[in-house]
Amino acid sequence: MTAATAPVDARLARATVILGSAVRRNIWTIALLALLVVLLLSAKVIQPRYGFIAIQGLGTSVLPLGLAAVAQAIVVIGGGIDLSIGSMMALTSVVAATAMTGQNEETGVVVVLGVLLLGLVLGGINGALVVTTRVPDIVVTLAMSFVWAGFALLVRAAPGGEAAQWLKDLAVGPLGNQWVPKAAVVMLLIVAIVWIPVARSKLGLSIYAIGSNSLAAFRSGVPVGRTRFLAYALTGLFAALAGLSLTASTGIGTPVPGPYTLESVAAVVLGGVSLAGGRGGVFGPIVAVVVLQMIRTDMTFLNIDSNLAIVAQGVILIGVLMSASLLEFRRTRR
Amino acid sequence: MTLITTDLLLEATGVSKTYGAVVALKSASLAVRPGEVHALLGANGAGKSTLVKILTGAVRPDGGRIAVRGRERTAHSPAEARRGGLVSVYQEPALIPDLDIRSNLRLTETPVEPFRHWLHELGLGDLDLSSMARRVPLASLRIIDLARALAIEPDVLMLDEMTAALPANLTERVLEVVASHRGGNRSIVFISHRLIEIGAVCDRATVLREGETVGIVDVTQGSEERIVELMLGEIVEHLPAVAKRTAASARTADARPRLATRHVSAGTKLQDVSFELYPGEVLGVVALEGQGQDELFDILAGSDRPDGGELLVDGRSVSFRHPADAIRAGLVYVAADRAEALLMQRSVRENIALPFTTRLARWGLIDLGGERERVDGAVARLQIDARAGNEVRRLSGGNQQKVTIARWVAGGVRTMLCFDPTRGIDIRTKNQIYVLLRDLAEAGAAVLLYTSELREVQLVCDRAIVIFGGRVVAEIEAAAADETALLRAAYNLKSDAVIPEMVVSEALAGGDGERRSDDGNGPAAVATDGEPAADAPAHPGRSPAGGATPEGER
Repeated sequence: MTAATAPVDARLARATVILGSAVRRNIWTIALLALLVVLLLSAKVIQPRYGFIAIQGLGTSVLPLGLAAVAQAIVVIGGGIDLSIGSMMALTSVVAATAMTGQNEETGVVVVLGVLLLGLVLGGINGALVVTTRVPDIVVTLAMSFVWAGFALLVRAAPGGEAAQWLKDLAVGPLGNQWVPKAAVVMLLIVAIVWIPVARSKLGLSIYAIGSNSLAAFRSGVPVGRTRFLAYALTGLFAALAGLSLTASTGIGTPVPGPYTLESVAAVVLGGVSLAGGRGGVFGPIVAVVVLQMIRTDMTFLNIDSNLAIVAQGVILIGVLMSASLLEFRRTRR
Repeated sequence: MTLITTDLLLEATGVSKTYGAVVALKSASLAVRPGEVHALLGANGAGKSTLVKILTGAVRPDGGRIAVRGRERTAHSPAEARRGGLVSVYQEPALIPDLDIRSNLRLTETPVEPFRHWLHELGLGDLDLSSMARRVPLASLRIIDLARALAIEPDVLMLDEMTAALPANLTERVLEVVASHRGGNRSIVFISHRLIEIGAVCDRATVLREGETVGIVDVTQGSEERIVELMLGEIVEHLPAVAKRTAASARTADARPRLATRHVSAGTKLQDVSFELYPGEVLGVVALEGQGQDELFDILAGSDRPDGGELLVDGRSVSFRHPADAIRAGLVYVAADRAEALLMQRSVRENIALPFTTRLARWGLIDLGGERERVDGAVARLQIDARAGNEVRRLSGGNQQKVTIARWVAGGVRTMLCFDPTRGIDIRTKNQIYVLLRDLAEAGAAVLLYTSELREVQLVCDRAIVIFGGRVVAEIEAAAADETALLRAAYNLKSDAVIPEMVVSEALAGGDGERRSDDGNGPAAVATDGEPAADAPAHPGRSPAGGATPEGER
């Protein structure tokens, strides 16, 4: 071996190590992506007409739940849970649709910014209650889910309102290539703009820290209460984004919360975030949302009773998680 | 005495237990005769608690033989051990907090009338059986535990540090009840750090050292010397470079202490602690378990607030509302229990970066480049084997402890508070930590080191303070701080003296008026108010694992 090749080898080895550790860290998300590819291919096999239009529809339909899953993931990573996400989505959705009724496109921008601020406030109230009352988070957010749902019905008793055209355009259709759904790009951009800076900052590390071991975080000087409060506020912000995406994709506001709260929990768990806190990221849950949607699509193509499909979804959820914990168990035993 | 030696009530021989790489018990044996009170003694980590847990079925042994009344048996659960006649009262109260006392008795199928009888004997006859366990003071809970165990009438009753949390009047009653068992057909195994109590009520003593039974002593006047000798073993350890060190760190007369406490007190555990810690020195803290050192370190690290007294950093009075305040003042804390300090599922990088990243005032992006440099520097300095660095829980115990130290080294250390940092880690890592602590001190840092391994005082420290019953009872220079001197001081024995008969009788009599002569340092000084300690177990803002730390044995 000559002197010249040695550093190259060393760099190559280091690159391999870094790549290897990145793969190992994200193994769960990578496996989910592989599962998604399998599901997409089988959809194509079962239904040869499955094409770019369906892909675009997939993008639009998973957008609200995808953002709700990100919202849930943030608070779960911090060691909490938020059962009011669905209600916050309903409230922000009707507020946006009502405020935009009869207004021009520019006012729509102001409304959107206002609704995002509203989301931060709603989440902040959740967080402040959890931190100050010391009532378990699951109770506080369950109670607040009724409060937010009630407010949503006060704003608008029946579905209605309007959405600005530019907002609707964001959620529907392709971007550039017809195979690239605009909704997917929008979601990735939102997450990249909001979550990645947070994750890279002191706040992100603090959220992981309190979720992983709040005593250790406390002893390391992390302001545990403040961090928990901010995690809930961030969750509120993403719930508002999810609510806006509902308004964007339907064009109206709906005051009754959809099944988003519990499905976001399912997506978070399937996405590799530990309900005990401290582990996982936000991209796993997004992929999990698409996977769950594709399972349903494939079953529809197979002419399986839709009620049976719901049963199957639950069974798959348990099966996947069980095999994952078995694998983990074997790895730690070694 | 002479006739009953043949049939032993309880006989354990060659009991061993290992946890992973840690040997908790090598070969312990214990032989208890009917009608005796038998002391089980040993320094911290000698294996007393493990042996008791094995005998009562809470832990399964790897090897060895246990026989009760000559019949061999291995208990697989505490319930099975109880049926076999072995009952233990542990250091932690074993009552369900959300049930009332009567329901707790029903849960363990304890007969109520004998329970009431023993409660009366123990001086707690007026207890209301319908009160919730969580509303009963800690000292009373321990008495209830004891009465419950006595009511079952076990063949062998094991008391693990029964008197540790008790005020003087209750201690006296407990000792009376224990002594009343002498000569009957039941026996008591008595674990205590207070040699005076051992001398007062025990017939014989088994001494454990490093997981082995090293001797059985008939307790008579003057046998304390022999017991201390046995607990220590042969002191032939190498003690490198003590002289060089004391010369190098001789502090100037006008140096200002980096950290000083003035009459700090908290709850019933911490009475009055004053000391000064200077830059450039390692100050040892020596104490038996539960003498208030946990509370002291919690206060210094900002996890808890003192009830009284003053904390001075660089001569200025400070009060910490949060560990972040202590860290800002330069006081950083290294815990014995890695699980309290680390984010087990997170990477080495994040664990090391956590404190100094969160200390930054700004909330902006972390400068990952700068951070990596500092983390790599700390990893290299502590020689952490970070191959499994993605998740800290995959590292060995020694490497985990290095990570908890590295996180502070990465940010620059002014004052380091180490609470038994070498507990349960291998000898090589221990040595690396000793060298590091010395290096930090040479570089001008101040280090406070609580250690349960007395040997470490001469290896690492410049001087040591000894805490007993929540007070500083001695200060010893490193040169004089051999294990004998430290252990004597830790048991609050006056130097070169056999325990005088007077003190023993006083400990038994325990009347409040009787204690004037022993300036508050006597065995009965743990609770001076003579009332059951009404210290609620949950302190506001207190860390869940702070408080009464379970015995530091493996």
